[in-house]
Amino acid sequence: MSDIILSARHLTKSYKQRSGRFGLGATLVKALDDVSLDLKQGSTLAVVGESGSGKSTLARCLLQLLPLDGGEVLFQGQDLAKLSGSALREQRRFLQMVFQDPFASLNPRMRVGQIVGEGLLIHQLGTQDERHDKVVRMLQRVGLSEADMQKYPHQFSGGQRQRIGIARALVLEPRVVVCDEPVSALDVSIQAQILLLLKELQEEMALSYLFISHDLRVVRHIADEVAVMYQGKLIEQGGVESIYDAPAQEYTRNLLQSIPGRRALAA
Amino acid sequence: MTELLRIEGLTVTPQNAPDKLLVNNVSFTLESGKTTCVVGESGSGKSLTALSVMGLLSSQLRLAQGKVIFQGQDLVGISNDELRKIRGGRIGMIFQEPMTSLNPVLTIGKQISETLIVHQGLRGQTLKARIAALLEQVGIPAGRANSYPDELSGGQRQRVMIAMSIACEPAMLIADEPTTALDVTVQAQILALLNELKTRMNMAMLFITHDFGVVADIADDVVVMFRGEIVESGPVAEVLHNPQHPYTRALLACVPDAEGKRPLKPIDYAWLNEEAAA
Ligand SMILES: Nc1ncnc2c1ncn2[C@@H]1O[C@H](COP(=O)(O)OP(=O)(O)OP(=O)(O)O)[C@@H](O)[C@H]1O
Ligand SMILES: Nc1ncnc2c1ncn2[C@@H]1O[C@H](COP(=O)(O)OP(=O)(O)OP(=O)(O)O)[C@@H](O)[C@H]1O
Ligand SMILES: [Mg+2]
Ligand SMILES: [Mg+2]
Repeated sequence: MSDIILSARHLTKSYKQRSGRFGLGATLVKALDDVSLDLKQGSTLAVVGESGSGKSTLARCLLQLLPLDGGEVLFQGQDLAKLSGSALREQRRFLQMVFQDPFASLNPRMRVGQIVGEGLLIHQLGTQDERHDKVVRMLQRVGLSEADMQKYPHQFSGGQRQRIGIARALVLEPRVVVCDEPVSALDVSIQAQILLLLKELQEEMALSYLFISHDLRVVRHIADEVAVMYQGKLIEQGGVESIYDAPAQEYTRNLLQSIPGRRALAA
Repeated sequence: MTELLRIEGLTVTPQNAPDKLLVNNVSFTLESGKTTCVVGESGSGKSLTALSVMGLLSSQLRLAQGKVIFQGQDLVGISNDELRKIRGGRIGMIFQEPMTSLNPVLTIGKQISETLIVHQGLRGQTLKARIAALLEQVGIPAGRANSYPDELSGGQRQRVMIAMSIACEPAMLIADEPTTALDVTVQAQILALLNELKTRMNMAMLFITHDFGVVADIADDVVVMFRGEIVESGPVAEVLHNPQHPYTRALLACVPDAEGKRPLKPIDYAWLNEEAAA
């Protein structure tokens, strides 16, 4: 049990959606329907599934960014929902997120130094000088420079902005990082750089990743285990090789068959 | 084997920086019933090439040089009126983002009808029947003609865009990353649909993507662009399995394989620069 760092038990979450021609009616959409999963320390669990299957909702519920309707999330054996105030804030630092859209997820009016250093400030970690040094080292680690601290997000390319997003999450030395489609908006050449960077950082910092993606080629490269979501339910879960070589569910087989260029590029 | 489009020496620069070659001396041809994929990393000039063909470059840019010979006629320098007649008529277009390309306050039937009225003068029952036929052709029940864009899924909206682009049975379809924003399963359906339409309508397709997986599924011929130039072109099997240019090889090595056997290798630009200099 001790090697499980994050555990989700019977999570449920519904959204009210307006319906009908004038949006007067309301229907309930089950975005999470009794979802349970375990993330092993130091490993990568990929969550795959089509658009609208509930992946981002799962990510946000795991990090307590969205209230659950039911179920519990245990981080290192502790129920996060039972914590409050400073105790919750203390734990939050260890759970960080990297978002899909590097353009939308960085405040355009803040300098990169502020963006990356903000978490350290909020969590009151170290003196001002120590925080500055940490930010510089983290930026250098992701391939940026000290001079970049003075710049604004719009002065960077998509790939560089994603590096800033990664630096912002990792400067807090988290244990668990939830990556919601971190490379989907990037072109293949940049995507390969970012995936390798994430893998290196995982080793160096003993990180555990929950990695959300709809690209099964990417998942094959980064994941140890895979969870397949469909309409709010987790329909299949297992080691990456067993899922790819012997998918148990029809839906999973369909996903695997949809991988573009599967046959032609395999040769 | 009929040549439909011949692009010769296409060169695009910013209006205020004539030395900056965003598209540099690009030439290739398109045949009826075949798909040519233009691949390359972000910023390599793929979209500008397509926009030049359609005469849709933004006013900050200039087509400094080149010919776009479509069905024997050079489209460069012809009047805007003539171009407009060709676009949406003999040349169809689809873009990446289905939500921004559809008008949210008009039903999809209404939007499809616009092209048909303007280019083919259809009305009344004939128009209705044609809209129904087009929707069914792209796998949307004809009854959905009265739906608004936000009542459709992303894949359905992209199908509507395809229905609009093929409404006038164009001789050529230009598609700029039409599936990049979609799910894998929906993407696979749309690619199959485009393949089928290409064959059934003997259409030439210019298909832009940065995903070699998509190239493998849809291309007959491939054009690889890097920094505004074509570095390699040829039949799809040749380019994928026997790439000649170091950039093509580097770009292929970035694509994660579905088996997870090949290590990922990002492009080493310093090395490429040395290769280019040598
Ligand atoms: N704020 C919200 N209000 C109402 N419904 C929502 C809200 N957020 C998500 N949903 C709905 O909940 C379901 C799950 O959405 P979610 O964003 O978790 O999917 P996803 O798997 O991340 O999809 P994608 O791959 O497109 O990002 C969808 O049906 C979605 O429309
Ligand atoms: N209006 C403009 N003024 C100046 N430069 C431009 C303009 N539009 C595009 N460019 C530049 O021209 C180059 C080629 O752009 P283009 O849009 O053709 O790239 P692309 O290959 O389609 O890339 P992507 O895969 O990101 O869509 C880029 O470096 C881009 O920054
Ligand atoms: Mg999502
Ligand atoms: Mg483009």
